[in-house]
Amino acid sequence: MDDFRILPAADSALVIEFGSAIDRKTSDRVLALAETLTQAGLPGATEIVATFRSLSVNYDSLLTTGRELEAAIRALVQRSGTSSQVRQLWDIPVCYDPSYAPDIEDVAKTAGLTVAEVAALHAGTQYHVYMIGFVPGYPYMGDLPAKLRLPRRLDPRTRVPPGSLAIATSMTAVYPYESPGGWHLIGTSPVRFFDPESAKGALLGPGDAVKFRAVTAAEFSRIRLAVERNDYVPGHTEIAA
Amino acid sequence: MIPVLKVIAPGFHTTIQDQGRRGFQHVGVPVSGALDRNGYLLANALAGNTPNAACLEIIGTGPELEVAGSSVRIALVGSGGGLEIGGRDGALVPSGQTARLSRGEVVRVRLGGDAFCSYLAIEAGFDLPLCLGSRSTYTRAGFGGFAGRPLRSGDMLHGYADDVAARDEVAFSEPRSLGLDQAIRVVLGPQDDYFTATAIADFLQGRYGITPASDRMGFRLAGPLLEHKSDYNIVSDGIVAGSIQVPGSKLPIVLMADAQTTGGYPKIATVISADLPVLGVRGAGRTVRFQSVSREEAETIRRAEHKRLMSVIREIRPATAKGISLDALYNQNLIDGVVDANV
Repeated sequence: MDDFRILPAADSALVIEFGSAIDRKTSDRVLALAETLTQAGLPGATEIVATFRSLSVNYDSLLTTGRELEAAIRALVQRSGTSSQVRQLWDIPVCYDPSYAPDIEDVAKTAGLTVAEVAALHAGTQYHVYMIGFVPGYPYMGDLPAKLRLPRRLDPRTRVPPGSLAIATSMTAVYPYESPGGWHLIGTSPVRFFDPESAKGALLGPGDAVKFRAVTAAEFSRIRLAVERNDYVPGHTEIAA
Repeated sequence: MIPVLKVIAPGFHTTIQDQGRRGFQHVGVPVSGALDRNGYLLANALAGNTPNAACLEIIGTGPELEVAGSSVRIALVGSGGGLEIGGRDGALVPSGQTARLSRGEVVRVRLGGDAFCSYLAIEAGFDLPLCLGSRSTYTRAGFGGFAGRPLRSGDMLHGYADDVAARDEVAFSEPRSLGLDQAIRVVLGPQDDYFTATAIADFLQGRYGITPASDRMGFRLAGPLLEHKSDYNIVSDGIVAGSIQVPGSKLPIVLMADAQTTGGYPKIATVISADLPVLGVRGAGRTVRFQSVSREEAETIRRAEHKRLMSVIREIRPATAKGISLDALYNQNLIDGVVDANV
């Protein structure tokens, strides 16, 4: 019996679902299949959207049928192994000073840590970008160290400033745009995570790796100025998937 | 850059839209594009444009525009209403018909009231930079279209033609039907297994109102509550235009053109692609009932609907100022011989 299922979203998309867990093994399978399907160039497929545990293959029902597409996908799921794509490891500056991190003192108190320990724990972990969603360029990254895992805030904010570094459950993220949000804000990054003028739009893509680096308020300001001059790209190196 | 139309008054919510932004959903970018794909395609067809030319999408009240080029040809597709030449209460060119206007002329878009959104196309299209492959406006993130926002008074729209040739104006051969009473067809799922049998039955038998809290992102519905079997959270997965999610409020939300790309609520059903424009053209205050079809039926309906749309485009005819087909007039003249050819 297959350990995946293919569900229809009417005649607009097929959803290939690998269980309901959020973990690296599932994510790696999703990303490997996304790569396989992209390379196969499925006729009539218009977009492939990878999420935590599933993949949406959007299609144009004037160009193909769900039945044909499903058969092609089933054949490829069996053959899809591990991802071979080279991924980027990003070095992202963040200021964890409480003036840039409205919730870091509360988070420290709840976790039984000092503010410096929260920052060191958060910056000492390498994260995997599971997916991008919610708003353009919003990266769902995991997994947080166990000590930093908290439920969402009871009263979500109506306005989270852009650049805010946030945590909730096993995930961490940066808000590319001002938006409502219920996560705990433990820092601010001067980096631009989404730029509609750039060719690919978002800085990060599903499957990328991220490490945060603590910077002082003075460094933050210097980088922010460079970002505004379009003169700053965060450090990145290629790593194997 | 050729100035073609100056915005005197912007109307309630007028944005630039095209067929949408494809290829960036994996980095969280919504598709956007026309809510009523059919109205948009028909407006471009009237104006003699390729199917992906940028149009104005007009919601709520119509804009007032002044011609800034030597001459322009424009067409409005909505329901009723039309183009008031010279401003409020000016001579009316009905929707579904082109008009050629000269520099300095003012045109006010009068909406008929039945369509939630109407489309104004200009011959040769609006000249705007492509943003991530599309000219559609995505207002929430402020990019695409005209400066990433709805039009404002004083904005100058640019086009690709400063002067358009004088020729017969054209119109559709039949008035457009919006299908306001038609059931909106859905395929159940992808997460219909999160709902009780009663919820599925209530969803398909009930009648829902489209609430005023609806916009280009989603239509919020009021009507029978839909019970989840247990949990109303899922691990976030992909969303398409037409996904019907049911959050903890138990009331369905149909996600539309500007929908976020992922979501964490179970989706009881998905509107079939052929009926997305039929729903998109209905706004707050209208009602919706749903009918379940299979995926194969959805695909058959889509192909039939596409054929119908293409035949409407083929039937575009020369028009008189009153919107009467000249062909019909000639035929009548031949048959009953009453109309003097010189009149």
